[in-house]
Amino acid sequence: MPHVKVNKFNLYFGNDHILKDIDVSIPDKQITVIIGPSGCGKTTLLKSFNRLIDLQDNVKTDGRILIDGEDVFSRNADLCSIRKKMGLLLQKPYPLPMSIYDNVAYGPRIHGLKKGGDLDGLVEHYLKEASLWDEVKGRLHAPAGNLSLGQQQRLCLARGLAVEPEIILADEPTSALDPLSTARIEKTFIKLKKSYTIIAVTHILRQAKRIADYVIFMYYGRVIEHGPASKVLENPEKDVTKEYVNGVIS
Amino acid sequence: MKGRIIEEKIFTLLMAFSSLAIFASLILLIGSVIFKGAPALDLAMVTEAPSGGFYLGKKGGVLNAILGSFFLAGGAVFISLVLSIPIVMYINHYSSKGSLLNTATRFSIDVLSGVPSIIFGVFGFSIMIILGIKASLLGGMITVAMLVLPVMCRAVDEVARLVPEELPESVHALGATRYDVIKVSLRQILPGILTAIMISFGRAIGDAASVLFTAGFTDEMPLSLLQPAATLPLSIFFQINSPVAEVQNRAYASALILTAVILSISLSVRIIASKMKKKVVK
Amino acid sequence: MPLPSFIPFKGLSAGKFKNISARTLFLIAALFINFILLSIIIWLTVKSAPVWVEKSIPGLLLSQVWFPARGGFGMFSFIIGTVLSTLLAVILAAPPAILSAIYLHEYASKKIMTAGRTLIDLLAGIPSVVFGLWGIITVVPLVRNHIAPAFGINTTGYCLLSCGLVLSIMIVPVIMLMVIEVLDGIPNELRESSLALGATRWQTVKHVVMRMAYPGILSAVALGISRAIGETMAVLMVAGNVPAVPSSVFEPVYPLPALIANNYGEMLSIPLYDSALMFSALVLLAMVLVFNIGLHIFKKTARYGGQTS
Repeated sequence: MPHVKVNKFNLYFGNDHILKDIDVSIPDKQITVIIGPSGCGKTTLLKSFNRLIDLQDNVKTDGRILIDGEDVFSRNADLCSIRKKMGLLLQKPYPLPMSIYDNVAYGPRIHGLKKGGDLDGLVEHYLKEASLWDEVKGRLHAPAGNLSLGQQQRLCLARGLAVEPEIILADEPTSALDPLSTARIEKTFIKLKKSYTIIAVTHILRQAKRIADYVIFMYYGRVIEHGPASKVLENPEKDVTKEYVNGVIS
Repeated sequence: MKGRIIEEKIFTLLMAFSSLAIFASLILLIGSVIFKGAPALDLAMVTEAPSGGFYLGKKGGVLNAILGSFFLAGGAVFISLVLSIPIVMYINHYSSKGSLLNTATRFSIDVLSGVPSIIFGVFGFSIMIILGIKASLLGGMITVAMLVLPVMCRAVDEVARLVPEELPESVHALGATRYDVIKVSLRQILPGILTAIMISFGRAIGDAASVLFTAGFTDEMPLSLLQPAATLPLSIFFQINSPVAEVQNRAYASALILTAVILSISLSVRIIASKMKKKVVK
Repeated sequence: MPLPSFIPFKGLSAGKFKNISARTLFLIAALFINFILLSIIIWLTVKSAPVWVEKSIPGLLLSQVWFPARGGFGMFSFIIGTVLSTLLAVILAAPPAILSAIYLHEYASKKIMTAGRTLIDLLAGIPSVVFGLWGIITVVPLVRNHIAPAFGINTTGYCLLSCGLVLSIMIVPVIMLMVIEVLDGIPNELRESSLALGATRWQTVKHVVMRMAYPGILSAVALGISRAIGETMAVLMVAGNVPAVPSSVFEPVYPLPALIANNYGEMLSIPLYDSALMFSALVLLAMVLVFNIGLHIFKKTARYGGQTS
């Protein structure tokens, strides 16, 4: 059974119908990439998974998003524990205003996990997972803001991994980065998919081709087509998808 | 796990309680001014000057103070407007950022806006002695003009900075001088200057400490720049210090008038500002 | 100010002439506002010189003897009056103002936030004489008839506590508006990042938002303090104005601005009285300036620090 299942999901901002009848299952331990022109609702869908969409005013939803069989939008859902299951990477890295060490330790600390010696081990472990350890091991207590953008984004990844999520959500995670840093993030993703389900939004087709196992194509708030990457990207069924994949619309 | 939920609840409660207390006391403030003031407010209050024995409970109104306040604030705002536009144009168009005079001027504006109005009162009184004027409408105008000058400068500067950089550039590209550029940008920020005028007017009309020594106080209508003039804030102050209950009630009525004037000014500033925003977006 | 543009008088077009005269005019205006600040400081210093030359500055600041007719110009009780009423006002105003600003900005819906901000903005414009009036109608009787009796104390109600209460209500909108502005400047993505890790809202506020906002919040409190120090009318109306060091919050105080307001302008023929009042104005100005300039410097350094850390 898939971790993430979206079931006839609709979302409105006030009277604007943003997401329409989304119905899709996301395969475990693969990289799923959501593609589509900007404004098609990709990011909204991504932020619905961990209900960050709640920060907006006047949001209405119907349908369900099931994570491990639990409806994210049900009334008695425990937001904190749902969000803990998902790490989030944003378009630009936003390190918290504290040291590198404290950024990674932030999650474990707020969840009241072990203190002291164990924390050092955790921090090292997750910085290694995010392929950042070698670059920062000598200056763990320097402000995170001193890192380069690419390093910051990997730090955000480590920070997200440190709460032991099952899923990683990434919203155009490389759009602010240079090609080298982008490549490092992509490589890290491919390494991480052994243990995590990764859902990434991108508008860069080549990136989708490089990393995607499974592709969801969205257009004007609807899922037009979804399936294995090879199929959607190489042999799409629908005309709109074809046009998008061939760069006719963008 | 449970600890943090409890902490969240405690602080949410504290925050909600603080907000409630603050808004309740502020509403109580307005409410008590209205409830105490409205019954004492009659037509005579706003159409007549004090008659003899007004401060002992006899007939009359505070028309002289209303007019005095409007004249005084109007004059002060005019003086500070005439000064502030060149100052703001200078720091935005003529001097380079980081130059000594530019930094010093911005610093002066900042510091002056924190100087208590009573200090301006003392200083204004001294200037008047040097100039040889007695406590008068003019003296009050000069003093209050100094008080609102930093307010005006800040407000004008805020809109002047919003002028897109391409505008001066494109005018310069036509071979115009800086003076022409300024004419163009002034036309651009005209609505903003209007808001600045109203904000300063609101500040000028409500201040009492600066006019305490400089404008004097009188029961006469303010007809000459060189005669003392009554102002609303001071008339409130003198009326509430009277032992006669009727006069005290008139203090509440005067406070209601003053508050109404100031609130309607700030409300119209908001309306103008929101209309301007809409224009920009479209 | 490139002077060379003055030199070529020949062939000076009307446009260029206008440009130069405008430049000169603007320069004068800019010099003028600097001149105001400087001349206030110099004027007060010079005019107060007779008294501080004769009595020495520490002598004036530390003496409690205020007896102008016999040459006693001790400022200590007035300074203490200003310090205590300001302190009390800030202690009463800052915590609820900050909490309420956080509530409006971080918890409440956009509609409530906008409404609350508008209301606070309107209230920030209410003149101090109205606050003073309200103090006389509401706060003074409340203190006299309810609060003081609860402690078994008799008071007229015109006292340090009333003064602190009225001042605190006055500075709440000032502090709130600035805190809200500071919170506005913190990128939403930081909140999202923290919430996405499973933090509660309060944890996010405490560990992330406050860490970013604290220099700004401190500045907001400082702004409130400087407003309270200089406030005159409201204080004059409720403080009781007795020149002595109060031994409890139910005793009257006599802050510096009230001293000036009550006595300046009618300085009879007492020698040095005028000069002493100028000195009290200088002390008041110094207190406010130290705060403002400190704030100015702190803001600059804090903004820099906030971005890199």
